[in-house]
Amino acid sequence: MSEPQWIWQCDRTIPSETAAGRQILDEVLQQLKAHHWVPHDIFSVHLAMHEALVNAIMHGNRLAADKRVHVSCRLSPELVHIEIADEGAGFSPNCVPDPTDPDRLESPNGRGVMLMKAFMSQVDYNDRGNRVVLQKRRNEQDGPLPPGNP
Amino acid sequence: MAGYRHLDISEVGDVTVVRFRDHKIIEDINIHELGQELFQLVEGENRQKLLLNFSSVEFLSSAALSKLITLERKVKAHGGVLKLSNIRAEIYDVFKITKLVRVFDIKDEEADALAAY
Repeated sequence: MSEPQWIWQCDRTIPSETAAGRQILDEVLQQLKAHHWVPHDIFSVHLAMHEALVNAIMHGNRLAADKRVHVSCRLSPELVHIEIADEGAGFSPNCVPDPTDPDRLESPNGRGVMLMKAFMSQVDYNDRGNRVVLQKRRNEQDGPLPPGNP
Repeated sequence: MAGYRHLDISEVGDVTVVRFRDHKIIEDINIHELGQELFQLVEGENRQKLLLNFSSVEFLSSAALSKLITLERKVKAHGGVLKLSNIRAEIYDVFKITKLVRVFDIKDEEADALAAY
């Protein structure tokens, strides 16, 4: 597979503050809108990137003032690629309990990783669990998507 | 109704209809305040029949889902009934994927929800 032709890229190091995460997220969404990605894809990226940033800032770095979050974004005509790394101890994403388990369905927390995986084309963590790569392949038309591919 | 920053409250018979002033329910401070206002309706004002109309909501995060789940618990604990309506397709996908469609009573339109009380 050939390397994507990036038409936009952005690398930021931000403090562990949700407002700072909001700014970089808005930049990415503006680029998707400017390049006419369909609303459903924009929603998907919005949701997944928001959840990943919150995880990095609040859970990874525990809002510590001395810890930063490193965000890299790349956009090609067919793909958006987002890397988010925190400076925390990491975690094991495979050990996150299934929030759709009937015993956990009414638990208020624990849905962020699941939503990231459901709404993006690919989600990969490094071994330590403090760095996530989110990729979304562009859909050409809006409307309901086949099951398993929001 | 005075006193709510994030909610517009109206009544249809004995049903309290709630609409959201925030189009994107995403910022932690807003979600916290929103949650407090919703809980006040149940615990402070003892409203038994609540309908949340999501027609103005374009986006909500998992933190917002958490508040809704807690609200559902509080409404049930107070012997009340909670329904949701007018959820746009992308947000409904979030409820479906997380299987929260089994927890919440979700109707397409406000009129459908009102008729179901």
